[in-house]
Amino acid sequence: MERKRASLKFLVTVMSNQAASTPAALKHTPLNATHRELSAKMVDFGGWDMPVNYGSQIEEHHVVRTGCGLFDVSHMLPLDIKGANVRAFLKRLVANNVDKLQVSGKALYSCMLNEAGGVIDDLIIYFMDESWFRLVVNAGTAEKDLAWMEKMNADWDMGLTLTPRRDLAMIAIQGPNATQALNHALPGVDSITAHLKPFNAAAMGEMFIARTGYTGEDGYEVMVLAKSAPFFWKALMEAGGKPIGLGARDTLRLEAGMNLYGQDMDETTSPLESGLAWTVDMKTERDFVGRAALEKSEITQQLVGLLLLDKGVLRGHQKVLTKHGEGEITSGTFSPTMQQSIALARIPLGIAPGEEVEVEIRDKKLKAKVVKYPFVRNGKVLI
Amino acid sequence: MSIPADLKYTPSHEWVRVEADGTLTVGITHHAQDLLGDMVFIENPATGRSLAKGEECAVVESVKAASDVYAPVAGEVISANADVESSPEAINKDAYSAWMFKLKPANAADVAGLMDAAAYQKLVESEAH
Repeated sequence: MERKRASLKFLVTVMSNQAASTPAALKHTPLNATHRELSAKMVDFGGWDMPVNYGSQIEEHHVVRTGCGLFDVSHMLPLDIKGANVRAFLKRLVANNVDKLQVSGKALYSCMLNEAGGVIDDLIIYFMDESWFRLVVNAGTAEKDLAWMEKMNADWDMGLTLTPRRDLAMIAIQGPNATQALNHALPGVDSITAHLKPFNAAAMGEMFIARTGYTGEDGYEVMVLAKSAPFFWKALMEAGGKPIGLGARDTLRLEAGMNLYGQDMDETTSPLESGLAWTVDMKTERDFVGRAALEKSEITQQLVGLLLLDKGVLRGHQKVLTKHGEGEITSGTFSPTMQQSIALARIPLGIAPGEEVEVEIRDKKLKAKVVKYPFVRNGKVLI
Repeated sequence: MSIPADLKYTPSHEWVRVEADGTLTVGITHHAQDLLGDMVFIENPATGRSLAKGEECAVVESVKAASDVYAPVAGEVISANADVESSPEAINKDAYSAWMFKLKPANAADVAGLMDAAAYQKLVESEAH
């Protein structure tokens, strides 16, 4: 039998090495020294030296559901695309339709597909004006994305300028008290937060304030100049924000039913089999990269939520046994809010919410129920 | 946190306490729980199960990852801690009081082959650099 479980010794060794690896070999965000001052446990996160927690991951999780948490997400890349053809470029480049963006500051979530219809990355697109859109892409895919976009820019003769904004830091402020904390930390911002709707952004001087997030709670993602980030972070902490590591970020987003690139979808999977059909615009005649492949494709699988009924913890890559064949967990964890294990899984079509399936964990077959996700939104369990 | 001097240790981060009656109490070390993070699930061996030295016999799962726990010496499982199974976070609070299971060693002399606190301390330091 294939072993997918690590020994305690192996894990301790790997994690000690992560904690002790030369920081110089890893990329740093502008908040690296701040995390170290806060005694964060730092890990190698795709080449970035990032805080996985500042003590207890589960306590941090609850802070975001009940108060206000602060996340350093500066490893993600803001990217400005400027030029006369920027809207036309994005209409061909991504699967969602940027024509949904007509008001300055409005944001759109989309996949960027390859010709085979696989997902190169998922990203957020902000419409600033007809010659300027801002994108935010994943850290691990940033270079690949940029190369792809530059190639399309050249192939389609668009004449656009693509500027990676590594001069910016990004801090996510998330939780029911996020607005209060931001208003306290940043005098004058209340005139913006009072009117900013979810999935919209506004500029305030050099700052960029978006009402977006990856937790299922109200909150903001704020871009600031890198040099200002440590001061801003401290002001947010004085206003009641608590630092939250990437560990809790993962349990929060999974409870919120949000996909993670590289786990729930990648270049080999279709967005239509990854729970992302709602982001693929096939209603208009618009020709975008990957559309032809998606139209020809036969959909046989679906992404569903799983709730473990037996005791244990669901993890990525565990096998799911259904009456219509096998599937696989793409992301699994212990849900701190539900005190139960939950997962996203790719399973055959025809299995409906409410039905039971089995998950192979070690030498056992444990019972799980198929559910519609999200599991948790705005502090409330929805299952 | 200091490494208790009255316990024995394995290179795979289990601790072992030799009780007055010669039975062994087994848990995982503070260092191990610190690196694994918040514990959420413990699976102990069944009472009466006979274990070989080094045999995989229990599982600890943190929010982050699942890992095996090994039998420090050969022996028979005489009890498992149900409290730690229902409250895995007890291991995070105090790894040296939150024991997992008790063994009756097949051979009492085998305990001499385990590491003492000084040797375990060296192992932890060597793995950190």
